[in-house]
Amino acid sequence: MKKLKKNTPLERLWNGIIKENPTFILMLGMCPTLAVTTSAINGVGMGLSTAAVLVMSNLVISLLRKIIPGQVRMPAYIVIVASFVTIIEMLLHAFVTPVYDSLGIFIPLIVVNCIILGRAEAYASKNKVIPSIFDGLGMGLGFTLALTLIGMLREFLGAGTLFGMQVIPDVIPPIAIFVLAPGAFFVLACLTALQNKLNAPSATNKPEAEASLACGGDCSKCAGTCGAGNHRAVILDAATKKEAADREKAAAAKAAAEKKAAAKKAEAAAQNSPVAKTEQGGDSHE
Amino acid sequence: MSDITVILLTLVTTALINNVVLSQFMGLCPFLGVSKQIKTAAGMGAAVIFVITVASALTSALYRGILLPLELTYLNTIVFIAVIAALVQFAEMFLRKFSPPLYNALGVYLPLITTNCAVLGAALTNVQKDYSFGMSVLSGFGTAAGFAIAIIIMAGIREKMAHAPIPKAFRGMPITLLIAGLMAIAFMGFGSIA
Repeated sequence: MKKLKKNTPLERLWNGIIKENPTFILMLGMCPTLAVTTSAINGVGMGLSTAAVLVMSNLVISLLRKIIPGQVRMPAYIVIVASFVTIIEMLLHAFVTPVYDSLGIFIPLIVVNCIILGRAEAYASKNKVIPSIFDGLGMGLGFTLALTLIGMLREFLGAGTLFGMQVIPDVIPPIAIFVLAPGAFFVLACLTALQNKLNAPSATNKPEAEASLACGGDCSKCAGTCGAGNHRAVILDAATKKEAADREKAAAAKAAAEKKAAAKKAEAAAQNSPVAKTEQGGDSHE
Repeated sequence: MSDITVILLTLVTTALINNVVLSQFMGLCPFLGVSKQIKTAAGMGAAVIFVITVASALTSALYRGILLPLELTYLNTIVFIAVIAALVQFAEMFLRKFSPPLYNALGVYLPLITTNCAVLGAALTNVQKDYSFGMSVLSGFGTAAGFAIAIIIMAGIREKMAHAPIPKAFRGMPITLLIAGLMAIAFMGFGSIA
């Protein structure tokens, strides 16, 4: 992947969907992630509703970023987000009633989704309008993708269907627990364990970031900055990894140089006297 | 049914059968994040009980007194979240001024609760089920008690697990989620009481 220029629309989309995926990398918005992913279609519905709210709220907050006074920014953001959530709720109720019915109380609860306030605080309040819109879109699509994946997995295991279509024949009974509450925990546990195993970047798989588990541990900042907190953890991780690699490289180079020098010295010593040779043999024994 | 039966039934239903964390998936962030030690978990639980009970009373009163008569129910979400945010702020200031010991015990946890979806969730559930004022307070209290029970059990298990030889990939978040899943299975057992 070649380096994209910072804050361009494409870079923001890539960032939201892959690099800083809100569910898998930043571990934000756990409640809807676990609650509504009983089927793939629910995941899509929830993801897209959140994405719509995220785009609109990022747009408005970015437009108002110089007008909203710093001390009252959180209440202002909450009211802006709540307004858009209400609009989305009414639209869903009017046009896609089945989705509205199956998502239930989790539509109004989009207001308290950490991702939205997190992005408002960490990105939209500091950046221009166009990148903010694409930031919202990228994060929203990343969230949708994650919810759809988890939903598909749970639906496949728990009901033997995908998007409502039968995949596993009736002869094999589905493992019903995966569409029930405990299944959500198990699926996410396995996914995060896999992530740890593959050593993929995540805000939660390192000791120093454990304090900021999900959005909870770092809760003192959770009134919106939790996104920034987890973001910091991921960036820090990348930085320490790079540093370690650099150090290793430097050490390797140094070691090679030393080896070379030692070899040269030994050669010279061997030519000079046989005593040195025996001495060296003793050294290597030790 | 007598009043006592109704009260008991509501408490058992909201706290155990429909446990807010383990079957409704609300308030997961503090449940996973602040459950390392029993002491902090208990503090968080107490703060949540306080805030949810008061928030249920306030939002129910607002809904019945103002929003419903004026047909402004589409403003539910906005009004409720604003009320909750303000309530948490006031509670913090009030406790700091008038009850320093209680503030020391609960103070740190209060600001964390604004974005806890269990609070807004409890308020919205009361409205959805069209509960009366008294019933709202009662079910709010039950919900919060359920949260406290779940987070304290979780903290107890995690304290015991601290030195367990867990496979490397499962350390941290995954094992916590697995414990939560097993607890959810256990709490499903309460469903047969109903």
